[in-house]
Amino acid sequence: MAVLDAKSISIVFGGLKAVTNFDLKLEKGELVGLIGPNGAGKTTVFNMLTGVYNPTGGDILFNKAGEGAATKSIVGLKPFQITQLGIARTFQNIRLFKDLSVLDNVRIAFHFGVKYNALQGILRTPLFFKEEESITEKARDLLKIFNIHGKENELAKNLPYGEQRKLEIARALATNPKLLLLDEPAAGMNPQETHDLMHLISFIRDKFDLTILLIEHDMSLVMGICERIVVLDYGQTIAVGTPSQISKDPKVIKAYLGEGVETGA
Amino acid sequence: MKKNRFFNAITLTVTSASLYILLALLIFTGIIDEYNGQLLTLAGIYVIVSLSLNLITGFTGQLALGHAGFMAVGAYSTAIIIMRLNVPMIPAVFAGGLITAIFGLLIGIPTLRLRGDYLAITTLGFGEIIRVIMVNLEGLTGGAAGLKGVPPFSDSGDFILDAVIKFSWVYGFVIFTLVVVSNLIKSSPGRAIISIREDEIASNSMGINVPYYKMFSFTMSAFLAGIGGGLYAIYFGYLNPQMFGFLNSVNFVVIVVLGGMGSITGTILAGIGFTYIQEWLRIFKDFRLVIFGLALISVMLFWPKGLMGTNEISVVKLVRKYFFKNKNSDNSSSGSPASGESQSEGVR
Ligand SMILES: Nc1ncnc2c1ncn2[C@@H]1O[C@H](COP(=O)(O)OP(=O)(O)OP(=O)(O)O)[C@@H](O)[C@H]1O
Ligand SMILES: [Mg+2]
Repeated sequence: MAVLDAKSISIVFGGLKAVTNFDLKLEKGELVGLIGPNGAGKTTVFNMLTGVYNPTGGDILFNKAGEGAATKSIVGLKPFQITQLGIARTFQNIRLFKDLSVLDNVRIAFHFGVKYNALQGILRTPLFFKEEESITEKARDLLKIFNIHGKENELAKNLPYGEQRKLEIARALATNPKLLLLDEPAAGMNPQETHDLMHLISFIRDKFDLTILLIEHDMSLVMGICERIVVLDYGQTIAVGTPSQISKDPKVIKAYLGEGVETGA
Repeated sequence: MKKNRFFNAITLTVTSASLYILLALLIFTGIIDEYNGQLLTLAGIYVIVSLSLNLITGFTGQLALGHAGFMAVGAYSTAIIIMRLNVPMIPAVFAGGLITAIFGLLIGIPTLRLRGDYLAITTLGFGEIIRVIMVNLEGLTGGAAGLKGVPPFSDSGDFILDAVIKFSWVYGFVIFTLVVVSNLIKSSPGRAIISIREDEIASNSMGINVPYYKMFSFTMSAFLAGIGGGLYAIYFGYLNPQMFGFLNSVNFVVIVVLGGMGSITGTILAGIGFTYIQEWLRIFKDFRLVIFGLALISVMLFWPKGLMGTNEISVVKLVRKYFFKNKNSDNSSSGSPASGESQSEGVR
């Protein structure tokens, strides 16, 4: 029933072993946390899973249906191909289409499923109008879930920080993923917003039948919703377990408190 | 929604038709004299090429510096097709556009991997290469001496009628280009293209085949620039590689930047304005370039987003406002994909 099976993936940046022999198997419907001190290699793992970087070793298998074992290797595919297969992500440093409207940000993510081509768009065929209406409606539905539908005509850059993070999740969902990767979705949010976001993440997992892997520094969020946690330090997995196991693990405590203080950046 | 769609289509058709009739009448009656009629026609050609450049540079975010080269390909191939194969003007212009599109595709494959300055320099290089090829393909292009005798839009012998016909053809092609670019931009492939300008990495991560859409936009841009070139050939009736030098490419960049990168109406206004100012400054001879340079620097300093930024003047909205005052409430249904208006109205 694995959706994702990363087998011993590694990457080296000019001598720096950013991630070493990383293993991760995600079962369908799981909500897993990926934590670790700054610079541990968490975002780099996301970048390998989404095709931004090619791992220098190991293999990544994906199975959209989530039934049986994950078999399709996605190593070497371009990010857009991986997204089209069903893995979507958000970015640690928000990467919205800043100068475009909130609605357009989401509509763009629907693009690869749109059934008309450029010529039909230029000629404004009936299919064009039908598809535009349909994706506009679907985009609005997504915005509603995140309670930003009232701002669909605002430019993305004019949204408050918390709403920008939500818009990024809405945009990722528009690609119709089976696996969603969230890179620090609560960064910059106040405790109340973080609390709401926690519920929202659980909600979308159920509603869209998702498997979620999330990176987060906010421990209340991670401990609150993740069923399983993977801890990275200096590119190595130092612990895997339930939230309560992880919070007691001496190696984890040492990684966080012993070598450098967590800044929550 | 449907009603809106219909209203927009009618409004745009009626507006462009009335503007055409008005201008054609003014030229015909001599209120716009022959000289100004010619200039307006030339401005139309500049607008076509500038719109094509805006597609790749303004909307896709890829700075291209070789559009005079594409114009040259379109101009020479159209002229040769008309003169050697006796093909009528309209199919010849489109054929010229298609040939230029093929050039665009071939040049795009190696260059579009590059970004920013590198792309600008390589496209500049290709523009120059094309010009040099035109000089050396003497048998076909007449070489440095030029290619004479491209048949005009019309040779009725009546200057005024000829001017009107000339203007009409170019106006038709301006509308064609306008419809292509603006409908493309307001479709899903168009939004995919704009997302590349906004953030290439995010665009890729949203499932958009970035290299494909860059190629598509570049090829489409070449196609339209080629059409502009074809019209240019017929307009002047004479071609010379000198007409397509690097400075001409720069002129189109200036028009796009002045009008606002990513603004169609901005390009139209700047294209027309540029053509006229260039004419007026002719009396200053070479100082023209200095004045131009200074003007450009000051615009960049004080008005970095150009005339319009990425905003548009919406004809539909204006017509609604002044002719259908009571219908204003309909306006709130913006975001309707069918609306022929920009959604990024207003100052940012
Ligand atoms: N493209 C790259 N080139 C060189 N080094 C890189 C590159 N990307 C990441 N690194 C390095 O790899 C290491 C891991 O970085 P990464 O961004 O994955 O950390 P992280 O766990 O996400 O940290 P944070 O919590 O600060 O976001 C860091 O030392 C970083 O400097
Ligand atoms: Mg990170």
